[in-house]
Amino acid sequence: MESIQQNMSLTGDTSNHLNPLQKIGTAIGLFGLAILTFSLINTFNNKMLWLTIALASITTGVFIFSKGLYANQIEGIKNNGVWFKSISKRGFWAWVTGIVLTGFYIVLYFYPQYLGLGLNGTKSTGLIALFDPLSHLLSGRPASQWFVYGTLYTVAILIFGYKFLLKYRHNRYQQLRTVSVMFFQLGFAFLIPEFMARLNESPNYNLPYYDLKSIWPLNYYLFDSWSINGFLSSGTLGLSLLIFGVLSIFVISPILTYKYGKRWYCSWVCGCGALAETAGDAFRQLSSKKLSAWKIERWLIHTVLVFSVIMTTALVYTYLGSDHSKFWLTRSVFLLSVGLFLTVLFTSVMIFKRNELGKDARYGAIGYFVIIAALFIMHYTGTTDHVFLIKSSSLRAAYGLYIGSIFSGVVGTGFYPILGNRVWCRFGCPMAAILGFQQRMFSKFRITTNGGQCISCGNCSTYCEMGIDVRAYAQKGENIVRSSCVGCGICAAVCPRGVLKLENDSMEGRINTNEILLGNDVDLMNLVNRK
Amino acid sequence: MEDIVIIGNGISGVTAARHIRKLSDLSAGNTGKKITLISAETDYFFSRTAIMYVYMGHMTFEHTQPYENWFWQKNNINLKNGYVTTVDTKNKMLYLADGDTMKYDKLIIATGSKPNKFGWPGQDLKGVMGMYHKQDLENLETHAPNNKACKRAVIVGGGLIGIELAEMLNSRNIPVTFLVREDSFWNNILPEGESAMINRHIINHHIDLRLGVNLKEIKADVNGQVKSVVIQETGEEIPCDVVGLTAGVSPNIDFLKDTGINLGRGVKVNRFLETNIPDIYAIGDCAEQEEPNENRRPIEAVWYTGRMMGETIAQTICGNRIAYNPGHWFNSAKFFDIEYQTYGWVFPTPKADHAHFHWKHPDDTKCITIEYDTITNIFKGINTFGIRLRHEVFDRWLTEERSVDYVIQNLAEANFEPEFYKTYETEILEVFTTYTPDLTGF
Repeated sequence: MESIQQNMSLTGDTSNHLNPLQKIGTAIGLFGLAILTFSLINTFNNKMLWLTIALASITTGVFIFSKGLYANQIEGIKNNGVWFKSISKRGFWAWVTGIVLTGFYIVLYFYPQYLGLGLNGTKSTGLIALFDPLSHLLSGRPASQWFVYGTLYTVAILIFGYKFLLKYRHNRYQQLRTVSVMFFQLGFAFLIPEFMARLNESPNYNLPYYDLKSIWPLNYYLFDSWSINGFLSSGTLGLSLLIFGVLSIFVISPILTYKYGKRWYCSWVCGCGALAETAGDAFRQLSSKKLSAWKIERWLIHTVLVFSVIMTTALVYTYLGSDHSKFWLTRSVFLLSVGLFLTVLFTSVMIFKRNELGKDARYGAIGYFVIIAALFIMHYTGTTDHVFLIKSSSLRAAYGLYIGSIFSGVVGTGFYPILGNRVWCRFGCPMAAILGFQQRMFSKFRITTNGGQCISCGNCSTYCEMGIDVRAYAQKGENIVRSSCVGCGICAAVCPRGVLKLENDSMEGRINTNEILLGNDVDLMNLVNRK
Repeated sequence: MEDIVIIGNGISGVTAARHIRKLSDLSAGNTGKKITLISAETDYFFSRTAIMYVYMGHMTFEHTQPYENWFWQKNNINLKNGYVTTVDTKNKMLYLADGDTMKYDKLIIATGSKPNKFGWPGQDLKGVMGMYHKQDLENLETHAPNNKACKRAVIVGGGLIGIELAEMLNSRNIPVTFLVREDSFWNNILPEGESAMINRHIINHHIDLRLGVNLKEIKADVNGQVKSVVIQETGEEIPCDVVGLTAGVSPNIDFLKDTGINLGRGVKVNRFLETNIPDIYAIGDCAEQEEPNENRRPIEAVWYTGRMMGETIAQTICGNRIAYNPGHWFNSAKFFDIEYQTYGWVFPTPKADHAHFHWKHPDDTKCITIEYDTITNIFKGINTFGIRLRHEVFDRWLTEERSVDYVIQNLAEANFEPEFYKTYETEILEVFTTYTPDLTGF
């Protein structure tokens, strides 16, 4: 076993060397990156020109590279050499990329002055200044570090989206969902918020930056006081946007998840998903499929969710007043509603869906419910002004730092080449936890297994970015209904025997725990399934 | 404590072990079973059908192992690395190559296959290999790491393993000459139209496909390393560094000679998978049915049948003696980029009173062939290429003995293609309504 791996990595093979077109693409792309890097220490005079050259080079580079990689091949699965290439098998280049990316995120979040951000109102220089012309064009404001990041993020999704489209040009499901994430990123996450900023030039508007498709709790700053104040001071439009934000949490997303599974969001709309599926596609095979990783995943992601619920509740509580005559929604009304909502949710799951929960899930649910209930009781019996022991602003700051910046950015994206492309989505995203819960409990979505055709080869499990051991279900003829499944459809694509199909069908018989139709006659299947 | 020993940790043996453990845990009074899996090939079960993807770099070898390493201990299944050299059936004792012996109460032989060698001159040279065992994979990695070390490979034998080996070598840009005895690829199994389509697909991948030719000999250089092969029919000598022998497989049972166990090409078993000696059973590729089920071959070297036999024998071992009775035939494969599935029976030429309805997409990568009875109109089976179809639906239609018309009119129900894919049911139906069966063959 060891000898094979060693042998393969040492000898390498010519098919994995870059072909001429790929080399040209890499050179052009690196030239673009070099301009961006150079701008860190040098402020260009003609910014528009150099920014255009840089972004055009990166784009052209990736286009040419992708052409070189896929264009001359017959349509089909293109995973040859994935586990031989340094970048995609946690080799040298993977570590280099991981360290550079992580470094970029640390600078971006914690030391933006090194990107050229002007502190205390001074003009920005360097990389951030380089993006000024584009920012002025869109929103009429100078660029911030977030604008630079947003632009690069969007460019990455568009150009690597093109690569993905070329790779899966035989697969319409992959094509459509990739075009979808590219569209939502460019339109909803990038352009619309910039245009909305234009409205703020009028004194009637004070809209916060708002990516319409980014739903709470992924968008954890939606209920920050500056955000709510912004919406409320922006007339009907502001109020509509806030209402849309709340509706998307409680109405729109549950309905869509019921009908299509969480994939409608995670692999068709979401920006984090978009980056993972395009720029991160080369790293999907790195996710851990161990049972132990699944256990960590379940505890971690739900803890983040509980944290975000507590933090947001405290935040809104602090924002609201106590005077009933000024506004109907007062602190106590709000807190009671949250308590009631969580209690109803908890009891109905325990009554109707108890059997669908694993033992640890039941313990976890009870544990978290007790913690939240205790916090409520302490609040009502105590004298403290802080709703949950700690000041809401401290909770918010901690969440922003540890979850918002470190987990989703530094680890979530910086570690793509080491831990796989969905680390954040799998272990951290509270939105994914909510949608996953809905998907597991109440959705028509499942991955259907095609009778007895599975040969246990393991391609499905290997290429599952969420680390689901798909094969474990497929080889038993069992459907796959897992809360973490984002419905990317790659398992079905890479299956060499046509065994897996993503489907929306009736709730009944969705989870078939029987070993069905592995090929034996009916009598034996009855015996096998006898409990 | 009853000692159940299984020789072979492939899909048959492992399925048997898992199901015996499952059943013996469930039924009270049936707890005392010690299960031991013996293998000299690997410590842990891996998917043999997946080794091609290791060479191609889609997966590492670890990915081909369906269970994590802790699984076996947790489920109280003992793994023994060893090579059984003979069986003492009188004293119920196994002799291993390292001198070890092992007692058994019940013995399941699940030793699988080995690649066929037909006595070709040079068949044991360095650089000549089958593609079946993990050791073959390692061997190929040594002799064909890239197209500098291996300037050309020649594959002998046009079956499923042959075309997989061609795809493997192709993934590393190693030029391949593919010698196929038949005058069209796999046409002893596939009808003409399908076989011809696959020929074209092979050639599209720049494989040097030679149809209707046999291997005469393999020549060596001074180091005993493959230098070239010579073709029987033309005498042409093709220089190469690797030769893949993929002319089928046969049961891996040499170690059972003179043990008293009744052998034919495989281990002879009755419908209960029992050999002539009490408490000794054989399953999977190495078993040879004395009375095969209708249409089935006495030896079925197929993943799925191995699994079914494993499930069946587990019932028998656990006190519920039942016959091996596989349901409707099904199988699948992939020819480079074209997936193939089959349900029921489609013969290369229709059986007596049967006909074939064949439809092929103009892009030359998708087609179906349906075999049916021209007298009763009953649907007998379907081959599908490039279009995924639902196993469960065809299994039901075969049981219900649906007519060919019904099947074609309801084909959409059996569609298993990914969402948003273009469907072809209407096209197929249109072609079917204007088609007249070719009955000249009878």
